[in-house]
Amino acid sequence: MTAGFPDIAPLGDSALIVRVRDKFEDAPDETLNDVLRILHQIKDADIPGVIELAPAYTSVAVFFDPIRVIRAGAKPEQIIDWLGERIAVAVGKRGKRKQKDQTACVTEIPVCYDPNFALDLDHVAEHAHVSAAEVIELYSAPEYRVSCIGFTPGFPFLSGLDKKIATPRRDTPRKEIPAGSVGIGGAQTGVYPLRSPGGWNIIGRTPLALFDPAKSPPALLQAGDRVRFRSITREEFDAI
Amino acid sequence: MKATIVRAGFLTTVQDLGRTGYRAFGVSLGGALDSVALRVANLVAGNDNSAAGLEITLGGLELRFADERIVAWCGGRFDVRIGSASVPAGHAALVRADETLTVGHAETGCRCWLAISGGIEVPPTLESRSTDLRAGFGGFDGRALRDGDEIQFGQGPQSAPAARARISSWSAPGDWSQTAKVGPALRFVRGADWNRFSDSTLQCLSREKFSVSPDSDRMGVRLNGPPLEREDAVDLISAAVVPGTIQVPPSGNSILLLGDCQTIGGYPKIAHVISVDLGLAAQLRGGDEVRFSEVAMTDAYQLLMERERDLNRFRLGLSLHDR
Repeated sequence: MTAGFPDIAPLGDSALIVRVRDKFEDAPDETLNDVLRILHQIKDADIPGVIELAPAYTSVAVFFDPIRVIRAGAKPEQIIDWLGERIAVAVGKRGKRKQKDQTACVTEIPVCYDPNFALDLDHVAEHAHVSAAEVIELYSAPEYRVSCIGFTPGFPFLSGLDKKIATPRRDTPRKEIPAGSVGIGGAQTGVYPLRSPGGWNIIGRTPLALFDPAKSPPALLQAGDRVRFRSITREEFDAI
Repeated sequence: MKATIVRAGFLTTVQDLGRTGYRAFGVSLGGALDSVALRVANLVAGNDNSAAGLEITLGGLELRFADERIVAWCGGRFDVRIGSASVPAGHAALVRADETLTVGHAETGCRCWLAISGGIEVPPTLESRSTDLRAGFGGFDGRALRDGDEIQFGQGPQSAPAARARISSWSAPGDWSQTAKVGPALRFVRGADWNRFSDSTLQCLSREKFSVSPDSDRMGVRLNGPPLEREDAVDLISAAVVPGTIQVPPSGNSILLLGDCQTIGGYPKIAHVISVDLGLAAQLRGGDEVRFSEVAMTDAYQLLMERERDLNRFRLGLSLHDR
């Protein structure tokens, strides 16, 4: 971790943000590993009043109930400091927890690039000066990593996109994008788990459900997971 | 054990105190936008304070009951009636079988919360009965109520005599039950990106009036007013946002986030409305004016503690009374 980090700052009166770095793009993998490590350290510390934690790119959000923090012994004027000290102690502990093997689990996401689904595939191809088939090839090659879940429930923001096919967001977002749509937004890519508005370039669709509130956990992916995309035919799409 | 939605009104949803534990999966907190109003209504109706109730936006609701229930409501200045009899905010009232409860239009404010003894019985989804409208799950089939829907209630916790006694003598303090104010001043603490704004913008935030845009919803209150301008143009990395966050998109028109807000955002966070004022924020509707005033974090906690102490006294008083 860089000097001066982790940095702990309030996010309103019922949450705070622990930031491990000030940049993500420079070292997405290491940053994500740091974020996940402190996420688990703070979770393991079981700090009174902490309700839940959520990671995002360079930071971990710590949501707490101030009333419970006061009941646990913090003075009202020192709640943030009281939590900050406990978080700093938790994060300062080194080597106690075995780092999970981050390469162990790769989720494969089948994607159908049927023209009916791939609303912006030609636009992405044009922008990259390649053919649509090459876009699919370039898109299917890398292993991606989930930097963060957000925007809608289960929506994975993925890093690892080949720079050649990075494409700026659409000027005007679409009012409605079908569930399962696979999109490129700048240097990031992701999958819309639910029908929602969106400004990313849609290049295909997956038949997989990325969010199901009846399941535990409700999302197929979480921050840190690794992902590959496999091209499937329309027949395969319809059969899944 | 049920009621029929004769008219659902503008937007009526089933809500409880919200959905915690799933923000890492991108699931919003949700729940009653004024959790205290729902808690107080629940306590007056004899429920556990986390029972599911109805959040009624801009009124227009008509509800016919199949059996006897105690009801209580808190929120904006609405005209609520059982048959033709007026039901004041924060008071327990008895609805008999086949009677109709109506929530008219709001004179002031935007929303109110109706608690019904026994609570609204919908299956919990991700540990909450709240409706997540944006994602389409939870509450009543993941959607707002419609004309003709039937809602089920849990077992009423009250015996009839205790219920009648409660009706005759208990009501919640006025400032909890009638929460809307005209041209409110919402108190805020500074956000992480406070220093990215010019001094004149920061003064604007505290001095000027802002008006509420009609396209505000449960995700956020969109504000029009003097544009809030950033001094730098650094692209920020998305990070968590919370209800109460005031974020400033490049247009300079800020958005005050409410309960259904996304879990992360990339716009600069200039400030956060403090927890005790979120109920006031939930009353803002298109065309309203609002101001902001800065307080120290210590004040935010002091106010929160005082409110919690008063709520506990109120709950204790009710439980002694019911014994």
